[in-house]
Amino acid sequence: MPSLLAIDVLLIAACLWLTIGLAGLTVLRNTFIIARILFPLGALIGLWVGYTGFAALGGGVQVAKLAIGLPTLPFHLRLDNLTAVFVMLLGVFSAGISTYAAGYFRQGEGTAPGVLGLEYHLFLASMLMVLLADDAYAFMVAWEVMALSSFFLVTTNHKHEEVRRAGYIYLLVAHIGAISILLSFGVMTGGAGDYTFAGMRAQHLSPFWGSIAFLLALFGFGAKAGLLPVHVWLPEAHPAAPSPVSALMSGVMLKTAIYGLLRVSLDLVGMTLWWWGVVALGVGLVTALFGVLYATVQSDMKRLLAYSSIENIGLLVVGIGLTLLFHSYQMEALAALALTAVLYHCLAHAGFKSLLFLCTGSVLHATSHRSLGKLGGLIGPMPWVAWLALAGVIAGAGLPPLSGFVSEWLLLQAFLFSPGLPQSWLNMIVPAAAAAVALTAALAGFALVKFYGIIFLGQMREPSLKDAHDACPLEKLGLAWLAALTLLLGVLPGTFIQKLDAATHQLLGKGLGERVAEQGWWLLAPISPERASYAPVLFLLTIAVILLFGRWLVRTLYHGRVRRSPAWDCGYHFQGPRAQDSAEGFSQPIRRIFEPMFRMQRHFPSIHDEKPMCIVKVEDHFWYWLYLPIARLANAISALIVRVQGGRIAVYLMYTFVTLILLLLVARP
Amino acid sequence: MTFSTSGLLGQLFAILLALVLAPLLTGWVNQCRAWLQNRSAPPLLLPYHMLHKLFHKDVVLAHGASSLFRAAPFIVFGCMVLAAAIIPSLSTDLPFAPAADALALVGAFGLARIFIALAAMDVGTSFGTLGGRREMLIGFLAEPALLMTIFTMAMIAQSTSLATIAETVAHRELVIYPSIAFAGLAFTMVSFAENARVPVDNPATHLELTMIHEAMILEYSGRHLALIEWAASLKLYTYSCLGLALFFPWGIAERDNFMAMITALPILLVKLAIGGALAALLETINAKMRIFRAPEFLGTAFLLAVLGLLVRLLLEARV
Repeated sequence: MPSLLAIDVLLIAACLWLTIGLAGLTVLRNTFIIARILFPLGALIGLWVGYTGFAALGGGVQVAKLAIGLPTLPFHLRLDNLTAVFVMLLGVFSAGISTYAAGYFRQGEGTAPGVLGLEYHLFLASMLMVLLADDAYAFMVAWEVMALSSFFLVTTNHKHEEVRRAGYIYLLVAHIGAISILLSFGVMTGGAGDYTFAGMRAQHLSPFWGSIAFLLALFGFGAKAGLLPVHVWLPEAHPAAPSPVSALMSGVMLKTAIYGLLRVSLDLVGMTLWWWGVVALGVGLVTALFGVLYATVQSDMKRLLAYSSIENIGLLVVGIGLTLLFHSYQMEALAALALTAVLYHCLAHAGFKSLLFLCTGSVLHATSHRSLGKLGGLIGPMPWVAWLALAGVIAGAGLPPLSGFVSEWLLLQAFLFSPGLPQSWLNMIVPAAAAAVALTAALAGFALVKFYGIIFLGQMREPSLKDAHDACPLEKLGLAWLAALTLLLGVLPGTFIQKLDAATHQLLGKGLGERVAEQGWWLLAPISPERASYAPVLFLLTIAVILLFGRWLVRTLYHGRVRRSPAWDCGYHFQGPRAQDSAEGFSQPIRRIFEPMFRMQRHFPSIHDEKPMCIVKVEDHFWYWLYLPIARLANAISALIVRVQGGRIAVYLMYTFVTLILLLLVARP
Repeated sequence: MTFSTSGLLGQLFAILLALVLAPLLTGWVNQCRAWLQNRSAPPLLLPYHMLHKLFHKDVVLAHGASSLFRAAPFIVFGCMVLAAAIIPSLSTDLPFAPAADALALVGAFGLARIFIALAAMDVGTSFGTLGGRREMLIGFLAEPALLMTIFTMAMIAQSTSLATIAETVAHRELVIYPSIAFAGLAFTMVSFAENARVPVDNPATHLELTMIHEAMILEYSGRHLALIEWAASLKLYTYSCLGLALFFPWGIAERDNFMAMITALPILLVKLAIGGALAALLETINAKMRIFRAPEFLGTAFLLAVLGLLVRLLLEARV
């Protein structure tokens, strides 16, 4: 076999995904074939894509041209190291999600499984094309296909009113973002009319237009990623979508937006101004804090995870801001540290967030409840899901020795070495921003403990939960794959950072790879071991040894006797499941401490109530401060237009006539 | 990075010393507190007897307790042993020290906290979830303050490695730097909160509405409770050693040399004794706060730590 270029392999993979999707149409309602054959095949192709991306890291740049597209502008494709990182992410994590989806999707109301399969694989293929695109036209086509296919996936259960509403909001925000991206590309061509990315790199924009392009890109990609204030679609779309789709959107699709932002700001614009970094840093911090605060007060498990995704996107943008800041002052080593943190967090978040979303899918199937107030104690009937979800929770809370901690650690290290920036006031603000990052990480722990404790631990809040069943084998396989990746990313950071080195080298000319390689594989020391080091293997081993050895020692020296009895609880035995904290109860301290951050409606019972009830409703300020005024404005403007647009043919004919006359007057030869 | 035999022996010695000394430190603080409060003091070795007794007793498990509940004490204990292993208590040249710098140390404490809070929610009693919720509340307030304290010290030493920080501070001339003073104050406040002590929590109480740590471990008994109590002692010990390493590292051994460690031991013991007595004094002169005053208390600690950082950057950056 002649050796195929990696980019050809990826194109074949994209075609195969499309073929699988189309094959699903021939067996529209045959759930067995679609779930047991097509989805696993899609997962295998995902693995292949992931491997290809992994192998392409550190290789040279490959380009290809497809003879489709506009007459003068065929699709340009390009595979470089930055693309390869995200291709790897897409392939490896979508493999786990597809495996899970094979066990998850079943006959039900809503979209037929065959159509669902087509949308799903089209979604995967379009994300791959977004990453490979090397001209604005191909990029926008792939971007739109991605938005539309995911819109149809979100609205799978389109018979429910709120699902349709969520889909509508998603589509609206996606398109506002897409317009902004399009404009950004337009600015970057600099009027030369060359829409290839190579043409944009060749342009020398003035700082003013460069800033315009950057801000448009930040807004456009931010709308896809969930940056404030265009985050509103996330908490609506994720609960509406089927869980594998939520996992794919949160774990993988949001990362394409991060990819786009990196591509524009570090590659295409061709300049970096210091205040871009500050803007990104500020927006990212506000997003992260906002996301995590709202995550802690949610009562719907998928909504909680959606807000947590907003938080993680915020952290990623903080990292990008830091990268830009260092890059603008030519402090490339530190920029490389921050960029490595960003790329690593992309991988880590893709792993643990998909894992958690898929776990909510299993819980939903087993119990048909999405509200935390009706769950509890599921570690008993669903031990697999519960223990695998624990890996996601630890990683998501940014705790060692799993993946989330590595990126957080790298980010904090980057913050720590910021006092070297030439501007003294920046020197002071940037470390203070680290305080906000620390607070975010700690609050994420609170939110995820609530998520895990209320779903899986405690007493069952509904009697029907006793009949809950664990995930099916394919689902378990998908979950275990993602949990294993989370563990690997946590324990072997040095190995992965050496691979990511190629991408940071490409964008910044520097990387952490050499320094990391100087130490053993087990020790992560990005600058030098005297400055900072972390050895997750030792960390994990110590805890594991103490767990096993300690258990053995205690049993040998003393005994291992166990008696079962009712819970003690200070001697009061008559406690039902209602005596535990509800989801609202658990987050009560947060609501109280951060009261002004939430828009709250509360109703407390009085002693005269027939049916005493306590109601707390927490809403997003942004709906009332930003979106409702905009909606009212749009309504007012359309009311004005209605006057012109009366609906009578005669009036319209007159408009046409007047326009013609005017044109004839104006446009004389 | 190589592992020498003497280095490994020194490491083992540091871990064993922590395991042995930790209950003693708890006993000493309790004794001092009793004296200051005009009570007759419990014996100094009471915590050891307590551990021995608990290990002998049967474990009584609630019906609803899951495997996570049974694993949590070991994991929490493991985290604390790890923390004790990496903090430079006797020597700054420990083979395990590169395993985790100051940030990873905070992570280890965080991991222990998450497991104990989850275990508290596992049985599904009202006090358990109450304790878990309050612990996470204290945790998310205290953790950033602790990180900021460490950041200040890391800026001074240009390193987050605890060993390097301790060596840098030990080699500076003996002048009070405002940044270190702020950081030290913040660290003291955080360590009181983290170790479930007055004014945030009261280790001696079982009064339902005020307890935090005790509420979480209500359902534990036998060896599980022994491990958790031991882990709590270890936490107090590691926090004390961390404070000493960050702010008063004088007298610590800097080579992996057994004799140097032996000479460092009496100095450490004296420092711990003084520190424990001071902690008891502070606990005695303070009153336990309402739970919703705790955010103000820890918020103050956080602001002090950030202030320390800013003072460092503003006034001392060229020093």
